[in-house]
Amino acid sequence: MKALEFRRNIPRYAAARLAGSFTPGRGSGVGPIRLVDADLPELPNQDWEIVRPRLSGICGSDLATIDGKSARYFEPLVSFPFIPGHEVVGDLQDGTRVVLEPVLGCLSRNIDPPCKSCQDGQLGNCEYVTFGEISPGIQTGSCCDTGGGWSIAFAAHTSQLHPVGKDLSDEAAVMIEPTACGVHAALSTGIEPEGTVTVIGSGTLGLVTISALRSYFPDVKILATARYPHQKSLALDLGADVAIAPNEIKRAVRRMTKSRAISLSTEDGNVDRLTGGSDAVIDCVGSSESITDALSVTRPRGKIVLVGMPSSVNIELTPLWHREIQLVGAYTYGTEKLADGSVARTFDLAADLVDSAKLDRLLSAVYPLSRYQDALEHAASAGHRGAVKIAFDLRSEKERDLL
Amino acid sequence: MKNEKNLAPRPGFVLDVDRTSPPVLFHHGDTFKLEKLPAGRSRVIYPPEPLEGLRDPDSAIRHALENPIGDSEPLSALLRPDMKLTIAFDDISLPLPPMRRPDIRQRIIEAVLDLAAEAGVDDVHLIAALAIHRRMTEDELRHAVGDRVYDAFAPSGRLYNHDAEDPEGMVVLGETPHGEDVQFSRRAAESDLVVYVNINLVSMDGGHKSTATGLSGYTGLRHHHNVHTMRNSTSFMDQENSELHASNWRMGKVIRDAGVKIFQIETTVNNNTFGRSGPLAVLQKREWEWSARDRASFVAMQKGLDVMPSSARRQIFNSWEAPYEMTSVQAGEVEAVHKITTENVYKQQIVEVEGQTDILTMGLPYISPYNVNSVMNPILVMCLGLGYFFNMYRGKPLVREGGVVIMSHPTPWEFHSVHHPSYIDFFEQVLADTTDPIEIERKYEKQFAEDEWYIHLYRNSYAYHGVHPFYMWYWGSHALEHLGRVIIVGGDSSAVQRLGFQSASTLPDALEMASDVVGPQPTITHMKNPPIFLADVK
Ligand SMILES: [Zn+2]
Ligand SMILES: [Zn+2]
Repeated sequence: MKALEFRRNIPRYAAARLAGSFTPGRGSGVGPIRLVDADLPELPNQDWEIVRPRLSGICGSDLATIDGKSARYFEPLVSFPFIPGHEVVGDLQDGTRVVLEPVLGCLSRNIDPPCKSCQDGQLGNCEYVTFGEISPGIQTGSCCDTGGGWSIAFAAHTSQLHPVGKDLSDEAAVMIEPTACGVHAALSTGIEPEGTVTVIGSGTLGLVTISALRSYFPDVKILATARYPHQKSLALDLGADVAIAPNEIKRAVRRMTKSRAISLSTEDGNVDRLTGGSDAVIDCVGSSESITDALSVTRPRGKIVLVGMPSSVNIELTPLWHREIQLVGAYTYGTEKLADGSVARTFDLAADLVDSAKLDRLLSAVYPLSRYQDALEHAASAGHRGAVKIAFDLRSEKERDLL
Repeated sequence: MKNEKNLAPRPGFVLDVDRTSPPVLFHHGDTFKLEKLPAGRSRVIYPPEPLEGLRDPDSAIRHALENPIGDSEPLSALLRPDMKLTIAFDDISLPLPPMRRPDIRQRIIEAVLDLAAEAGVDDVHLIAALAIHRRMTEDELRHAVGDRVYDAFAPSGRLYNHDAEDPEGMVVLGETPHGEDVQFSRRAAESDLVVYVNINLVSMDGGHKSTATGLSGYTGLRHHHNVHTMRNSTSFMDQENSELHASNWRMGKVIRDAGVKIFQIETTVNNNTFGRSGPLAVLQKREWEWSARDRASFVAMQKGLDVMPSSARRQIFNSWEAPYEMTSVQAGEVEAVHKITTENVYKQQIVEVEGQTDILTMGLPYISPYNVNSVMNPILVMCLGLGYFFNMYRGKPLVREGGVVIMSHPTPWEFHSVHHPSYIDFFEQVLADTTDPIEIERKYEKQFAEDEWYIHLYRNSYAYHGVHPFYMWYWGSHALEHLGRVIIVGGDSSAVQRLGFQSASTLPDALEMASDVVGPQPTITHMKNPPIFLADVK
């Protein structure tokens, strides 16, 4: 069956790193990803099923991996070769339409008793992703045994599968996984009902995070940075109060929070950092610049939530220390505690949000697997090209019906 | 060689452009352009030539102080040893460009202080009446009042900038019948006499506005510095038809009724902005009268400027001091004084013009009232063109309703962060949202006016008050309502777009774009300004 396979191949990987540094997504041309005829994965035990993807999204973390930009940190946590794709809506053999919750935690690895995080329902924090009955892999799409969404079919543990209601389109359903990340990030801020939040970046993650913030904290003030006009208007549509260019962040947060400002030069009137600032900043970019900006605009004892996958960054941490700012990560999802004390699975909250906020509008274009280079390049330059989420469309692949 | 100074200055002139007319010099920020205007349907308005200055300004000042106009005693009769005397004077925004030393303010203040000393007055304060403009630096104050006065008063804290945000330093004297709060400097209000020293560069300056605006703050200013007032001031340069003027006059009455005694000193200058001779003299000559030497010096200047970075050009122009000469001085009761001053301003500036045209073109220079020793940011470009130049009329605007204004200026996306911090925010936030003055006023004015950081910078640094960019935009609101389109030639296109205007790379392109609005073969007026003139449009 057709699949896009990622192989560890150091020289090719180095070439991708080089190419990726010139043209984002170009790593797909020379890098370690290629279209192969793969075998259908074997099911590890009776708790696993075959899923045939309908739509399968391309995530920023996928692009970072392909372009050779992801951290060496992940190398022991994945197993090669793997088939990427973790944002999936697909069909089970009995015709049930499902979305994949891709984390490969203790349950799917048949580890009993499960690790502490899995016991607490915090699947994303599973401590045993390199142990158990299947090979290492933090998610479907990074494990050599399961296959992944960028293919005709892959294997999934029944605990990973969420049936999709009839009323939800494929286009909406494929947005549930990234939306769950946004829901988790929004709820991680622990913000007061009338607080202020700054969201850095208005790509897919930024936009779903804004939508989640607006839904769970109707009265907070949300400021978003957006590089492109369509991102700006989507950010405002989805609930941001203010959307501004990234280089305007300091002045804009200062205005929103009625803070004073400090100039590093002798030039009064420049805003280099704020005396107060935003209660929380959600960084959906994860670069040295974005985290440094976040530190400049977070109030003392405020919180920075890193949602964008950072790599190696170079940051001055003095403000973190002096202002007692918390810097926390938000990786995937699990179980959330809501303001009213109730507990819910992030995925269920995300499914509701995708529906109510009509997040299917964020899916901008789909490609067949055979045009994977175009698809990856489009995804890598999505903002620039007026797009948000790019996905593979497998619904008309002929091989699908042969399974 | 003819000595031009001995010829009687000629009045303003309206040139009908024909095929033989030479190209017209357009100011274009800190550079210049020579533009050909379409023959047969264009006219160029030239300012009157500079009037002769007073031969002995110091004795004219002394004479004015002792021979007051209107219901006022001579200044010396108003002074007594135990009194509180406050001398308030115009700030850095006047005159434009700054004038050569000795500044008129210095001459007058020295004369007033001489009389005060003779009368044994000890308690004297000198205040730069800057309302919500930026504070003046020591150099600027020294330039305005002279070193002798500065050294005698500043070190002891008796010469200082007005601070409209000092909670202890401001009082509300009352309310006009229109419900306008009259906010005033406490020191001035508690003085036995306030002497106000004016330089009346344009007809809007002076009168009750000197004190009612210059010594006021946001609480008072908001009653006339707003869209409604500006749209009902047609124009604000014409006292008979200016709501801005009317509001200041109502406030002046409240100030008088509160017992504040004002001795008003007003002066006019000629329009000798660039000199009768010297490196910039060509800028105030009519093109068909340029000599071979004028042409050569213009070409050399153009070439020199072209190869300079803009910061160097800015430095050169910022260092230009105009050889203005005082043409009149009158002192005494505010309204009586102002009547005569206005006549004297008109004598220098009025040009009679017949009717309106479809298009008004203007070459905007490097300076406006709010960027002396600073940067002319895009908001100031808008204000200079649509606030000041457009309003330099009496009767009706030079351009018809629904017509087009074409302004030539590089309009860089550039700000002086010390002087104009809130302008940066206004440009990034407010204009990104809307350019409609009414909506801007309703949605954003209060937030900016009350922003503590701006207030801090206004009081302690050299920043214009947070609300100031709003006033710049309101200044242009009458033009925005009147016009069908505004086009900027040779500007930074993203900055021009943020202003809500259209961008053209050349004047012919702009004229082409304008005809979409006003039709083919439009009639055109070009204001050859500066030097400043006031069009009396019949
Ligand atoms: Zn993802
Ligand atoms: Zn676990």
